[in-house]
Amino acid sequence: MREMIVNELTQAVQDLARGFAHYLPRFIVMLILAFVGWLIAYVVKVILRSVLRLIKFDRLSENAGTSQLLAKAALPSATEMLSRFVFWVTWLGFILLGVSVLGILGLQEQVARFFLFLPRLFVAVVILFFGMLAAGFSARAALLASVNANVPSPRLLSLAVRSIIMVFVLSVVFEELGLAEQTMLVAFGIAFGALMLGLAIAFGIGGRDLARRFLEEKFVRNKKEQDEDELSPL
Amino acid sequence: MEDGNFLTDGFLRQLINVGEVDILVGLPTHNNARNVGSIVHTIRDGILRGFPRERAVIINADGGSRDGTPELITSVSIDDARPASSVYALRTLHAISTKYAGTPHSGVALRTILAAAELLRAKACIVMSPESESITPEWVSSLLRPVYYDGFDLVTPTYRRHKFDGLLMTNLLYPMVRALYGVRIREAYMPEFGFSGRLGSEFLGKNRWNDGIGENGIELSLTLAAVTSGFRVCQSFLGKKDPVERRSADLVPTLRQTVGVLFSALESDFELWSAVSGSKEVSTTGSDQELVLDPLRVNRKRLREMFVRGVSELESVFQSILSPSTLAELKRIAGLGEEEFRYPAELWVRTVYEFAAAYRKSVINRDHIIQALAPLFRGRVFTFVVENRSGSATDVANNIEGLCLEFERLKPYLLEMWKSKE
Repeated sequence: MREMIVNELTQAVQDLARGFAHYLPRFIVMLILAFVGWLIAYVVKVILRSVLRLIKFDRLSENAGTSQLLAKAALPSATEMLSRFVFWVTWLGFILLGVSVLGILGLQEQVARFFLFLPRLFVAVVILFFGMLAAGFSARAALLASVNANVPSPRLLSLAVRSIIMVFVLSVVFEELGLAEQTMLVAFGIAFGALMLGLAIAFGIGGRDLARRFLEEKFVRNKKEQDEDELSPL
Repeated sequence: MEDGNFLTDGFLRQLINVGEVDILVGLPTHNNARNVGSIVHTIRDGILRGFPRERAVIINADGGSRDGTPELITSVSIDDARPASSVYALRTLHAISTKYAGTPHSGVALRTILAAAELLRAKACIVMSPESESITPEWVSSLLRPVYYDGFDLVTPTYRRHKFDGLLMTNLLYPMVRALYGVRIREAYMPEFGFSGRLGSEFLGKNRWNDGIGENGIELSLTLAAVTSGFRVCQSFLGKKDPVERRSADLVPTLRQTVGVLFSALESDFELWSAVSGSKEVSTTGSDQELVLDPLRVNRKRLREMFVRGVSELESVFQSILSPSTLAELKRIAGLGEEEFRYPAELWVRTVYEFAAAYRKSVINRDHIIQALAPLFRGRVFTFVVENRSGSATDVANNIEGLCLEFERLKPYLLEMWKSKE
């Protein structure tokens, strides 16, 4: 009996030692990978930050309206945010690579899924950025055109243009990320429909006086102003 | 020599039939059937009177008219002009027409005319606007003589016009070109002008024709190219000019083809204009400015309203373009009542210079910068109209001169902003 207990204990210790001997080198490899990954991620971050500063990425993001959003949320500049994002994604990638070296079955599957998700994440970020750029540009174009054409409520028009584009961009981004596709589809439909209905109600009921004033200005006042000379700029 | 590949085979054949000429008259058109017949008659009369012995041709570059404009030009024969004139042409007077591809653009039309002038080795050329209803035969001589007989390379016009006509010219283009390039050219963006074959060839070869900037407003580019390349420039008084009818919505396209072209040229010409101080008169035949003082009803209220609305609605855009002090000052004057409202010369000059620097740095889309200037220009127009409402011609001339001096005085401010990195 005593001999059996000793044998079992020895066996257990040997198993533990074998397991430890099996995982220790892998664990060390994981730590090395995490360290090397941190170094690489840091270098990538520094290079990316310099490149983004060189191409004046902050100005671009200011045009897109992202800088204003970041400032409102008390976050760093767009250049800093993107550099940090790339740093963390790169480092996390190396850490997960190290975790996969450990050979833990369930984790390996998750790591593989993470790496498959990365390209979609990048595409989504790119779509979001250029979408915001397009929305900012179009909103400003609408604002300037309506101010110069003396159209009523130019800021409302500009906001409507930005909102429509952003709703569309966000739906594309969520679809790319594969996050709750059905929910997003329904949400997009509801949001877009609500926006259109809201605009229709705003212009149809809320803006009745505005519409009358606009039409009067367009047709009645212009008739009056025909008697006054328009100055030729050239 | 510029590659003339963009000219059609049919047009080239017509040019070969004409052979070499001494004088070329360019007529860019697009649906101008209402006026163009009488304009061609006037041009031919002018050539018959002033240059009966010279070989001459009228070149029509048409932007796809659907009202028979080119046919009207080519069908006007030499005999039609004779009864109106006591002189007979000793040479054949040709009139040929070509339609260029794409949408109507003054740049494409001028390029066609310049290429034709180069191929025909024309010594002196003029370009006439098909919209000028007040054109007389003397205009042809006034624009051609300085080039043909006196060796000038570019002749820009001066006119007798109402004191409130051409306010973009008097409040921005003339003073800014004068302050930056050092030459006092009243009409740097001109509907009618004369030029030498030498200048035409040089401009045809050097201008970036496909960069999209100069597609419209090419006339201003030609003036600036003549000044920066050291060509001989003069002005010639043509007489009364009727204002071209414009709607208020035309202001933005006009700003694009004038102010946009000027701001764009400042980048490439920096070495030259940054070294210029003061300004010089250019040789002028006749008066360099005649003002008509007839009463004119101007909707001042609307001008001010559009300025105030622009300052309030476009604040986010102006924050990217203007310095905080200039924007604060604009907001202050926007809050003043109609009686107290004034957009002073110094503030206007600072505004324009800050817009020029913002355009250079592309702080936002460049076309948006030009569009944002429109409401501010309306505010300046309001002030100019109020200040000169009952002023004599001398008072108005002094007011414009004062603005020009302000542009010259504040030039270092533009240079400072131009050189600053952000």
